[in-house]
Amino acid sequence: MTQSAKAQFEGRDLLCRRGGRDVFAGLSYSLPSGGALLLTGANGTGKSSLLRLMAGLLRPAAGEILWAGRSITEDPEGHAARLHYLGHLDAVKPVLSAAENLRFWASLRGRTADVGAALDHFALGGLADLPGRLLSAGQRRRLALSRLLASPAELWLLDEPSVGLDHASVGKLAEAIAAHRAKGGRVVVATHTALDLPDAEPLSLDALAPPPLPELVW
Amino acid sequence: MHRFANPARFTRIADRVLPFAGFGAVAALGIGFYLALFVAPADYQQGETVRIMYVHVPSAWMALFIYVAMAVASAAALIWRHPLADVAAKASSPIGAGFAFLTLVTGSLWGRPMWGTWWEWDGRLTSMLILFFLYLGHMALMHAFEDQQRGYRAAAVLALVGVINVPIIKFSVDWWATLHQPASVLRLDGPTIHSSMLWPLLITALGFKLYFVTLVLLRMKSELIAARLRALDLARLKAS
Amino acid sequence: MKGLAVIVGRDLRLALRQSADAWLAVLFFVLTAALFPFGIGPEPNLLRLIAPGVIWVVALLAVLLSLERLFLADYEDGSLEQLLLSPLPLELAILGKVAAHWLTTGLPLIAAAPLLAVLFNMDLTGLGVLLLAMLLGTPVLSLIGAVGAALTLGARRGGVLIPLLVLPLYVPALIFGVGATEAALADLSARPNLLFLGALLLVMLLVTPLAAAAALRQALE
Repeated sequence: MTQSAKAQFEGRDLLCRRGGRDVFAGLSYSLPSGGALLLTGANGTGKSSLLRLMAGLLRPAAGEILWAGRSITEDPEGHAARLHYLGHLDAVKPVLSAAENLRFWASLRGRTADVGAALDHFALGGLADLPGRLLSAGQRRRLALSRLLASPAELWLLDEPSVGLDHASVGKLAEAIAAHRAKGGRVVVATHTALDLPDAEPLSLDALAPPPLPELVW
Repeated sequence: MHRFANPARFTRIADRVLPFAGFGAVAALGIGFYLALFVAPADYQQGETVRIMYVHVPSAWMALFIYVAMAVASAAALIWRHPLADVAAKASSPIGAGFAFLTLVTGSLWGRPMWGTWWEWDGRLTSMLILFFLYLGHMALMHAFEDQQRGYRAAAVLALVGVINVPIIKFSVDWWATLHQPASVLRLDGPTIHSSMLWPLLITALGFKLYFVTLVLLRMKSELIAARLRALDLARLKAS
Repeated sequence: MKGLAVIVGRDLRLALRQSADAWLAVLFFVLTAALFPFGIGPEPNLLRLIAPGVIWVVALLAVLLSLERLFLADYEDGSLEQLLLSPLPLELAILGKVAAHWLTTGLPLIAAAPLLAVLFNMDLTGLGVLLLAMLLGTPVLSLIGAVGAALTLGARRGGVLIPLLVLPLYVPALIFGVGATEAALADLSARPNLLFLGALLLVMLLVTPLAAAAALRQALE
């Protein structure tokens, strides 16, 4: 991680369009190594869309997203290799055990070593052999979160990570994020609930909604 | 980025082209059909029914041409994300389906006196039937999504896969047809065709092409107006 | 290559734990074919005549039946997003999923085909060629089907849409597959038909990953 420690992860003048509607316009951000961005804004202001743009799942209608000065569209696989994205869905297969679920995603990234430790961190060690369909919603969320620890990635993109979590687990999540940042990792979090993120930079999307008349009206 | 690739400019150009294309189509089809019906000779074997050829053959050409044109537009839409290319592909496929259908109907009418049946699994007609199904699939996929953008993208991918498969289908069906029956009756014998038959054929083909241009421009214009109405609705929704 | 094996292994494991799905395709294959004697009468010569065609058409429908679940479960539970964001190129991941699909539907159909050949009185000298043709042809069905399955993700009535998109594209595989078997039964060379099937397989091995990847990317936008 030493070489990329100085790399900037930045977005320039982003325009996001969904279903023929402009969600936000003129959004810029910059996230240094060890930094955290906290996305805030009312429903529908595009927090999830911004995270999907950062992951490369969505393409901006204008503007660009850069890692160390190079657009992420130049090397989508390379960008995917350096990030963890946690969306609204947990990607847990009901017929696979918790450990099998986790091992699959970790081995896709070329690592299999840390599965046990990752499960233990989110207090899933005792449930490792249980099939996914028996897990509760909160336990499935914790299983999804343990993907973050099972294989290292520099950039974490977390969409409402604490939904369905109990108090203790939210603490464990904050702990994991803090450790990740201490090692030089970066985090972008969209959340409505309180999550302990020391000196995270807030990014509000409320002010970035474009004027109501989009330019496709001629 | 093309933004919403200035529909205003497209409309201006379309309005300038439309009268020429429309008038040209009427003129070419008028002359072509006059020549086909009154000037071209009847066939010594097939008699007057041979005149169906002047609709059947140009329709078949158009059905194939429009599919290729649609695939080109789809490629442009996927590579450069040009919104007008999406609109063009969407406007084209029902017209192509119409020509494919016309080919099938005229083929059936033409074949009836010769084969004694309304439908024969002749190689050319069968390929055209599959092409017609490809058009129907394209149209269905185009309209299968809540979000029009997704319909555009999915249909564009389908059109490209389809255009790769069209020659393969054509080849396999010809292979199959020659195994099961003698060569087709619906055939123009290439270079030996007499010029009194060739000219009407080429003129009606030109007429069909101009008719396609007219129709596609009109459909694109109305599609853009519909998009503008949707945008106005959305804007009202946000403003309120 | 390792990533590809990981995907195939995971999909096979999923299929084995839900093995009812794979059995359903084979059951459909045999049951539907068994309807034909009721429809056209049990005349042995007639059945022998239509055997290759019936086996191929029914195999094609059985594959069609299994296509919807190829990507849908992964799409709905978020796995597809994660797959797209893995360092493995999406094209390879798709090939892995198609390979697993073929192993769990195409291969069982080939195993069940001799049973149908016997039920239809088919001359068993053609059985070897029938199986060889299916070995080349059923992967083509999986590959073309994967494009259809990827394109209809998130569509209204996606399951009904797949046959409309995929069946016209199945025609060449059907023609060459039946052609090879009929040629063998008529004591002619099945070689040209088999070669065309092989060529078709190569073309679709190139086209499918690209087209399905484009389809999945736009489905997740």
